[in-house]
Amino acid sequence: MRIALVATCLADALFPGVAIATTTLLERLGHEVVFPAAQTCCGQMHINTGYLDEAVPVVRHHVDVFDTAEFDVAVAPSGSCVGSIRHQHTMVARRAHDQVLEKRAKTLAARTFELSELLVDVLGVTDVDAYFPHRVTYHPTCHSLRMLRVGDKPLALLRNVGGIDLVELPGADQCCGFGGTFALKNPEVSTAMLADKMSDILSTGAEVCSAGDSSCLMHIGGGLSRLRTGVRTVHLAEILAATRTAGPVRPVGAIHPSAGASAPTTTKVGS
Amino acid sequence: MSSRDTMLRRIRTAVAKGAPSEPPPPVPREYHRSGEHAAGSDHVVELVIDRLLDYKAEVTVVERAGLAAAVDIALGSASSVVVPPGVAEDVRSGCHTGGRTVVVDTDPATLSATELDAVDAVVVGSTVAIAVTGTIVLSGRPDEGRRAISLVPDLLVVVLPVDRIVETVPDGLALLTPTAPLTMISGPSATSDIELSRVEGVHGPRTLRVVIVR
Amino acid sequence: MTTFLGVPIRRSTEPENPLRGRETFPVAAKRAVGDTQLRRNLGRATATIRAKRAAMVSEVDDWEALRDTASAVKADVMARLPELLEQLEAAVIARGGKVHWANDALEANRIVTALIKATGADEVVKVKSMATQEIGLNEYLEEHGIAAIETDLAELIVQLGHDKPSHILVPAIHRGRAEIREIFLAEMADAPADLTDEPRMLAMAARAHLRRKFLSARVAVSGANFGIAETGTLAVVESEGNGRMCLTLPDTLITVMGIEKLLPTFDDLEVFLQLLPRSSTGERMNPYTSLWTGVTPGDGPQEFHLVLLDNGRTNALADELGRTALHCIRCSACLNVCPVYERAGGHAYGSVYPGPIGAVLTPQLTGMSGHDDVNSTLPYASTLCGACFDACPVKIDIPTMLVELRSRAVDADRGHGLPGGWAAAMKAASWVMSNEKRFAAAETMSKAGRVLAGRKGRISSLPFPLSGWSTSRDLPAPPQRTFREWWRAEHGDGPRPTGTSTAADAAADAAAAGAAATPGAAGAAAGTDGPAEGTDR
Repeated sequence: MRIALVATCLADALFPGVAIATTTLLERLGHEVVFPAAQTCCGQMHINTGYLDEAVPVVRHHVDVFDTAEFDVAVAPSGSCVGSIRHQHTMVARRAHDQVLEKRAKTLAARTFELSELLVDVLGVTDVDAYFPHRVTYHPTCHSLRMLRVGDKPLALLRNVGGIDLVELPGADQCCGFGGTFALKNPEVSTAMLADKMSDILSTGAEVCSAGDSSCLMHIGGGLSRLRTGVRTVHLAEILAATRTAGPVRPVGAIHPSAGASAPTTTKVGS
Repeated sequence: MSSRDTMLRRIRTAVAKGAPSEPPPPVPREYHRSGEHAAGSDHVVELVIDRLLDYKAEVTVVERAGLAAAVDIALGSASSVVVPPGVAEDVRSGCHTGGRTVVVDTDPATLSATELDAVDAVVVGSTVAIAVTGTIVLSGRPDEGRRAISLVPDLLVVVLPVDRIVETVPDGLALLTPTAPLTMISGPSATSDIELSRVEGVHGPRTLRVVIVR
Repeated sequence: MTTFLGVPIRRSTEPENPLRGRETFPVAAKRAVGDTQLRRNLGRATATIRAKRAAMVSEVDDWEALRDTASAVKADVMARLPELLEQLEAAVIARGGKVHWANDALEANRIVTALIKATGADEVVKVKSMATQEIGLNEYLEEHGIAAIETDLAELIVQLGHDKPSHILVPAIHRGRAEIREIFLAEMADAPADLTDEPRMLAMAARAHLRRKFLSARVAVSGANFGIAETGTLAVVESEGNGRMCLTLPDTLITVMGIEKLLPTFDDLEVFLQLLPRSSTGERMNPYTSLWTGVTPGDGPQEFHLVLLDNGRTNALADELGRTALHCIRCSACLNVCPVYERAGGHAYGSVYPGPIGAVLTPQLTGMSGHDDVNSTLPYASTLCGACFDACPVKIDIPTMLVELRSRAVDADRGHGLPGGWAAAMKAASWVMSNEKRFAAAETMSKAGRVLAGRKGRISSLPFPLSGWSTSRDLPAPPQRTFREWWRAEHGDGPRPTGTSTAADAAADAAAAGAAATPGAAGAAAGTDGPAEGTDR
């Protein structure tokens, strides 16, 4: 299949390893990945903060870029971005009184998928031949859990990862407290929620906390780093992209990893 | 323009303004409109007993011939009892046993609230019981009396004929007259307002005894 | 103000508006988050009710079908509200009751006061009623020489403690047992001197105290959970028996009911009486439900008045999305699953309707006049996690409504002077994010953050307005190469034939992007990554 990558503005700018991993993974599965380079952002920040007029040009840009690209399906390694594309873009188009944009947004949304949805529902795979020999606990982010209802898909994918020690996260369905601009507008409540999420993560003894949203991982990982817990966050895409032939993925330092370390690391082949 | 007119006009305007862009589909009713088990069937009787015991009511099951004796036992050490005007004869004689004072709550000689408070117990019939929830429904029939008498005394004895026990909430509501004064009882009164710690027996009768009659 | 045994009895200053607090949500929530007793009580309480609710819901195999019906019935009610209200009125009058129409809180208070005064009573007993809280009835009655005795235990605690309710269902959840004991000893004249703080003892003290009131009350004021248009029947759903006492013993009963509480037919109760108890207290059925229609000769109050209340409901009704908030049956399931409510408590919302439903109902009842209006912060009191939507028995889409109300809050500020900080930032971000070149340029600028991160590769302190982030969280250093830069440099456009791209190559690419991003990383040439273990914190 020809799969267009929605990198997401956050991964593009701060966590490129997530988008790189998504690319790697899909190519390994034999698909062609295209990256419409003019893409920027899905607009959810503006929409969810109440700035609908300001969201219009961002949404319009997204639809323009992807609508004109040639691909079979689009994928984003982000439950929140796909949630916005699927459930909010037509609303924004209506705000702009643009019926053409609304129709285009609806069509585009129908062929845009979150990563686990793409793998399991569209490509029909739950075993991607990954290898990640670490104790991992998985946090089902609220958009994936309740808006997209991806259900068991991420866990089904993780269970098949070679070498993985997957432990269930207590209180998994509890929100981590990020909530987009909520983290800035209500930092105390956000931190209080984060404290409980971290407590649950630490109780599993996991070395890695994974999820399908870089935003939540940035929040959770930021807290885990601040408290020097020795636990790091790795995106679902990065785990699924890691393989045995690339050599074992070494965990980096317990101090919050620098940016590049969010991508799987390896000794260079041949060295 | 009266308040009523002002209000209704504003409501009409709002209803029109906020009307959905697409007309809503008809109200779906895919839920269970009735139970699977017949009224008075073994399943239903067992279920209602289970639920009654679960909320710490006391239950006995008797044949009609044993009703008087069962009422006497249910009343225990109560020395005064109020009964509704349409009380059945055997129920009434069961109340009298042991020299209890029995007051019939008849109009115009109905008891005041304070007088009712001085009575130990009350015995009433029932209109319907819902097994799934353990709910007994009173509707002010002659053998149930007005609502005050089943509320104030601390011991409530309910006589429940087995054929009045239905399975589900829809089954039960279907048998009720909407405009009657209805009381649905599903346990002794309780509160969890203090640190969510459940305390039973606040204002209503603190003891509920049910006599199921075959 | 008395302090007893070192535990202060909180006295609120003069209550202003039951639907609008004096502080913004973030300010009030910040304080609440630090209240250890509140956090403990609320955390335990909501976890307990959540578990009970979940157990009860799982027993009902047609739960989703019931929700679908309930949602549709309520939508139908809103669509036919004028006709249904008139039908209800006629049915109540036909059975000997009287119906009054109150446009707003003040009018409702005046009507109720006049009705009470007409009986000559100077004291009334009250059944818990959110509607009467909303209009501030008790305060108004007090100003007019009428004492309103709350008979619901939690409301009694709140009343004696000169406090405000913090939860729709368990209004005194913010009070611990020791506090309640002190309140009773201080404010309840007939409380036994040896009163302990054991919940059973406290409840029995309340029983004795209230029984005298019940037996002598001549006038009662209640709310109603449901009003059946077809038959004129009203319903009160309760647990303690105080409702039954108030609804049957006095001579006169006055019921205040929001106009949205209607159901079309008696049959509709079969749906709602299954949904409400399981959703609210996590029981198959609550202990007592009373249903009455007008006046029944010889049984209960012989004078019955129904006061229909608008008080801003028509604001919500006038909006297609907003009116769904009026479907609420006040079960409080949303409060009990909300992670924000659990930590901030009800008082932080400044309204008698707190939690998720409060965040969408309160701003519609009062309107939001701009950023100076504290109620404009209510739609933001949420992470949009959606747990409330899943728990709501009538399927109110609270998250979508929150986003809609946020846009209204923002719109209320448009065109008023210079844009504030957030508005300016959002406008700038929109300009950047709607164009690839500007976006890429912004990414380049953000790499300056690598200076902030320094050798440790981590940012632990951010300037305002992002300082809220860094008070409790680190942030990674921005990468040396963004994804699009990597793609252009390493991957290129055009299909990569499968087979030539090994996982090793791809991983090495990622490592290169990462390693190059890590300043001072030892052995970067060898592809190892991250700061060496043990480097500074």
